[in-house]
Amino acid sequence: MRHAIRFLLGHEARTIEACDPTLTVLDWLRGSERLIGTKEGCNEGDCGACTVVVVRPEGPPGAERLRYCTVDACITFLGMLDGCQILTVEHLRGADGSLHPVQRLMVEEHGSQCGFCTPGFVMSLFAMTKDLPAATGDVWASASPIDDALAGNLCRCTGYAPIVRAAERALAAPEADAFDAAHDTTLARLLALRDDETVAVSGPKGRFLAPATTGALVDLVAEHPGATIVAGATDVALWVTKGLRVLDPVIWLGRVRDLATIAETPQGLRIGAGVTLAAAGAALAKLHPDLGELFRRHGAAQTRNAGTLGGNIANGSPIGDAAPALIALGATLHLASRTGTRDLPLEDFFVAYGRQDRAADEIVTGVTVPPLPAGARLAVYKVSKRFDEDISAVLGAFRLTLDAGRIREARIAYGGMAGTPKRAAQGEAALVGQPLDATVIPAFKAALARDFTPLSDMRASAAYRLKVAGNLIERLIHEAGPGAPETRLAAIGALAHA
Amino acid sequence: MLDHTPPAPKPEDRIAGGAHTPRIHDSAARHVGGSAVYIDDAAEPAGLLHVCLGLGERAHARLVSVDLGPVRSTEGVVAVFTAADVPGVNEISSSHRGDEPMLAEDTVSYLGQPIFAVAALTRDAARRAARLAVIAYEDLAPVLTYREARADGKLVWPPMTLARGDADTVLAEAPGIVRGRMAIGGQEHFYLEGQIALAIPGEDDEVTVHTSTQHPSEAQALVAKVLGTVNSAVTAEVRRMGGGFGGKESQSNLFACVAALVAKKTGRAAKIRPDRDDDMVITGKRHDFEVDYLVGHTSDGKILAVDMQLAARCGWAADLSGPVTDRALFHADNCYHYPAVHLTSRPYRTNTQSNTAFRGFGGPQGMVAAERVIEEVAYACGLDPLEVRKRNFYGTETDNVTPYHQTISDNCIRDLVAKLEVDCDYAARRAALHAANETSPVIKRGIALTPVKFGISFTSTAYNQAGALVHIYNDGSVGLNHGGTEMGQGLYVKVAQVVAEEFQIDADRVRITATTTGKVPNTSATAASSGADLNGMAARAAAQTLKGRLVAFAAEAWSVAPETVLFLPNRVRVGNQEIAWGELIHKAYLARIQLSATGFYKTPTIHWDRDAGRGHPFYYFAYGAACVQAAVDTLTGEYRIERADILHDCGRSLNPAVDRGQIEGGFIQGLGWLTTEELWWDGAGRLRTHAPSTYKIPACGDRPRIFNVALYENENREETIYRSKAVGEPPLMLGIAGLHALSDAVASVAGHRHCPRLDAPATPERVLDAVDRMRALAHHAPSAQP
Repeated sequence: MRHAIRFLLGHEARTIEACDPTLTVLDWLRGSERLIGTKEGCNEGDCGACTVVVVRPEGPPGAERLRYCTVDACITFLGMLDGCQILTVEHLRGADGSLHPVQRLMVEEHGSQCGFCTPGFVMSLFAMTKDLPAATGDVWASASPIDDALAGNLCRCTGYAPIVRAAERALAAPEADAFDAAHDTTLARLLALRDDETVAVSGPKGRFLAPATTGALVDLVAEHPGATIVAGATDVALWVTKGLRVLDPVIWLGRVRDLATIAETPQGLRIGAGVTLAAAGAALAKLHPDLGELFRRHGAAQTRNAGTLGGNIANGSPIGDAAPALIALGATLHLASRTGTRDLPLEDFFVAYGRQDRAADEIVTGVTVPPLPAGARLAVYKVSKRFDEDISAVLGAFRLTLDAGRIREARIAYGGMAGTPKRAAQGEAALVGQPLDATVIPAFKAALARDFTPLSDMRASAAYRLKVAGNLIERLIHEAGPGAPETRLAAIGALAHA
Repeated sequence: MLDHTPPAPKPEDRIAGGAHTPRIHDSAARHVGGSAVYIDDAAEPAGLLHVCLGLGERAHARLVSVDLGPVRSTEGVVAVFTAADVPGVNEISSSHRGDEPMLAEDTVSYLGQPIFAVAALTRDAARRAARLAVIAYEDLAPVLTYREARADGKLVWPPMTLARGDADTVLAEAPGIVRGRMAIGGQEHFYLEGQIALAIPGEDDEVTVHTSTQHPSEAQALVAKVLGTVNSAVTAEVRRMGGGFGGKESQSNLFACVAALVAKKTGRAAKIRPDRDDDMVITGKRHDFEVDYLVGHTSDGKILAVDMQLAARCGWAADLSGPVTDRALFHADNCYHYPAVHLTSRPYRTNTQSNTAFRGFGGPQGMVAAERVIEEVAYACGLDPLEVRKRNFYGTETDNVTPYHQTISDNCIRDLVAKLEVDCDYAARRAALHAANETSPVIKRGIALTPVKFGISFTSTAYNQAGALVHIYNDGSVGLNHGGTEMGQGLYVKVAQVVAEEFQIDADRVRITATTTGKVPNTSATAASSGADLNGMAARAAAQTLKGRLVAFAAEAWSVAPETVLFLPNRVRVGNQEIAWGELIHKAYLARIQLSATGFYKTPTIHWDRDAGRGHPFYYFAYGAACVQAAVDTLTGEYRIERADILHDCGRSLNPAVDRGQIEGGFIQGLGWLTTEELWWDGAGRLRTHAPSTYKIPACGDRPRIFNVALYENENREETIYRSKAVGEPPLMLGIAGLHALSDAVASVAGHRHCPRLDAPATPERVLDAVDRMRALAHHAPSAQP
């Protein structure tokens, strides 16, 4: 047991022996450390004004490299920095006080007006020049890497044009900086912080527990039935920042290295619950480009770098984008407790709104995604008010297996249409045995109206949700048919005009 | 005297950062380095209290009982205040209409209205305590929708009418008539830095308030009113805001006043920084409108008469709703001559947030209505909307009188639009896009080119004044202060450029200081795009006073004629010798020359009689035009803005880089207003889009991939500061082209035979609804037109 959190603040080693489990990095930076360059804009991880860069060693033992990932400090708990280097806008200037190249470019291109969002943009640009995939949240073959790197940073003044000009210059002519020069030293210092101890620190408001193995994790969960299990905290942090809830203890699974692995198994791709949405998306993109596109639009880089696939499933949100896609793919969910492990089809995990098939002492350990069957056609469509960093109004995921021109099997799941991610049983039945052409559209739409009674809210009306859910089959049929008409306005790579 | 006659130096002999140069924002290096200090960043005074407001949970209710016991007994709470604790007057209406209590008294009039303020040792404790009040309500009928507002009939301000000619008669006889109603949504400011104020108590009745405000003098006056003291006891100061956009013109007063109340009642410094959700729930936004229009026109697209009623949901209090709805009427003509016209406003009182100033101040809503009128006429006549626009532009010699009887003397819209139309290849692209739509079953593209004419000046004539204070220190460095506030728009750097230009010294010798009521009194809000026009002229006046003293001193000291004293870059020619600026200043100091001066400016020629609906409310007009191309997914209503071409008139730009930033940023903000930015209240009157998770301003990826911006060469005919033009607000309305590009794409579903009547904001849902309406019309009413 280690009773301290250890990390590097800039190049300075820090050891924190006492802190509240839900103290946010933002409040710690601005409060205790008086590093006021990092701003609070929304306190919920949606505006990016608090963007900081977290640096971690990644790669096989002996061949690690530093990875620079943006995260939102407002929804990151301090304990989650254990073993990392954190960089804020104050750390970018050179030893002589000179501006970092990305800072200089922002000045030259008139990239700041009111300046309040600027430190966050600077950090996103900095991460982008260090490691483009990490900065875009592992976006696979992005058609617009700058947009993806900056999607989580809102600016209300500039209209983004000058910031993009600065970003284009930064990418076109990368300049080495002090962080590159210090790479090996920093890497060695961070590797030296690694251990297999369970970390336990506490403050007046409670305890922060961070086991390093799955075994220690399930023991802690069994011993603390009231604990809040936290992975990326991109949702749980809002219970604190907006709901003002007191969480005690918090069990963070970010140190459990065996949960953060992706493995090829005979059953398919097994993705550990601790794998970030960024890494999961990169792996799933190889299965099908639509999955890459789905994850590209899942939150923004900052939240994909923090949030995990396991967390996205385990919190049971009806609008968590991963679940419908994985249900359509036929994924299996893995759970574990001190008494054993359990597998179930992912769709069976979602019992009702706010209720999942998970015992109090159980944790989600991973999900296995089978390969696409022969003859299968996959399509995943996200519909939201804004393309980037928005919660879906409707998400439709289709896996149709064709045999001699007819639909032999249909697995169709929607998000945003019910209290849980849910399969369209009637819709599927309407398709099976039919050819994949326009003739199936009326029956499919009628069946969806029996499958779903969506809600009206600020994102969309019930009528719109139902209409769009039905229209998505038209898009799929256009894409499956001859002529390849333009069907998509936002998509990565070759899909852009699929 | 006002003519700008700079010396004509050789190219290499210029000051750095003079007028008309693209000087970087004065705080740019601090912005990117994280060292620019906003109010929450300043070192906190010892014993600081953190304040949180307790908010009502009903849209309209009588307060039966308010039990604050659980709030007071929360750990860390030091004090709790209600309306009863206000020593002065519990009234903060920025328009002096007496309808805006700082803290609710016996009723709440919208969901989110502040009822009490809790001060605690930590912000966290204050936030937790504020949620613990036990309040019993007796519900009253709320007025939330236009239908309810029309039935209720209560207005926050007397309506205005603008009329010219006999619209009724012309409409009755017009060969073509179109009638319709358009809904135009509101807009959250979403300044990145939320509302904030820090009050530090002084001796006796004195208090200093650091407040993120566009209007320090008003904050000062209202703090004095709430505390029951005089303005001179209160200092309001702001170095910079993290964005304002109108949202900190009057809506910031609440926070300044509450912080000051807590500070004076407790004797401790007090800071209030609401969480983003509270900020969005408490404060007012851009007014949403419903516009009823009736248009008479010829068969060839010439407008004969327009009758419009512009109804606005103003919210629970008057705030600035009178001038906002007035400005909507002032801009319901946009660039078009209506031979006969009758326009009326209906500023309805509703049980929602008190809507307020927002970049454009009602003008954008009026202009959107005008462009709908154009679109209706275009579809009725089977013409390209741009052709209808051009046929109805104001003339330069005739057809140049507005509905408010001001003759337009600086009209350049015809030439500006003609240039843009050619530069962006409008006609050929339109034809190509429409042809491509024929063979594209899902994605349809549209294009639109819309103009902007925006009137510059506060319509409240008294606001058109400004003061400045310029010090020259005896080492030659210059201190500059004026009444304008910096919210990111680059006002500070522009005014510093003016002073540098006047003195002919490098701009980095001019130190910009925080705006404070202690240095320049009785200032106007930094609003109505007037910041550089007013404060630039005031600063110039102060600089000219000082130059006059320096000339007299030099002439006497060196025994030369005053005409031979010339200000050259960083030096002064006195007779036949040149003296460095610093040396001259030091000599002047030793000779006991006063090196500090105030400057003052008031806009000439303007006047306005609201009751008569006649006058000359605007000193001049700023013009612009945008051409936007959009692509629409007809299965989901989603869309992309693919390209924008903009030509905008900044007069002779004071700072082309800053002005370009205003154009790009304003355009995107206008685009956001009309597309994804949707305010949504539930049936109980609760704003459900109260954070960026639910309220979607444009993200980086929403900007057009092709984004061409050019400044239109057009020296201001009026004697403005160096013949520049105001640029803060006008570019926002360039975004209207985006709405019309979407509309054009939607119209293609029915072969461009029907006006899509796309309301704003054109969310994917509204676009899909419009697509489906077009499909139904195409199906039911096939036309002979190919």
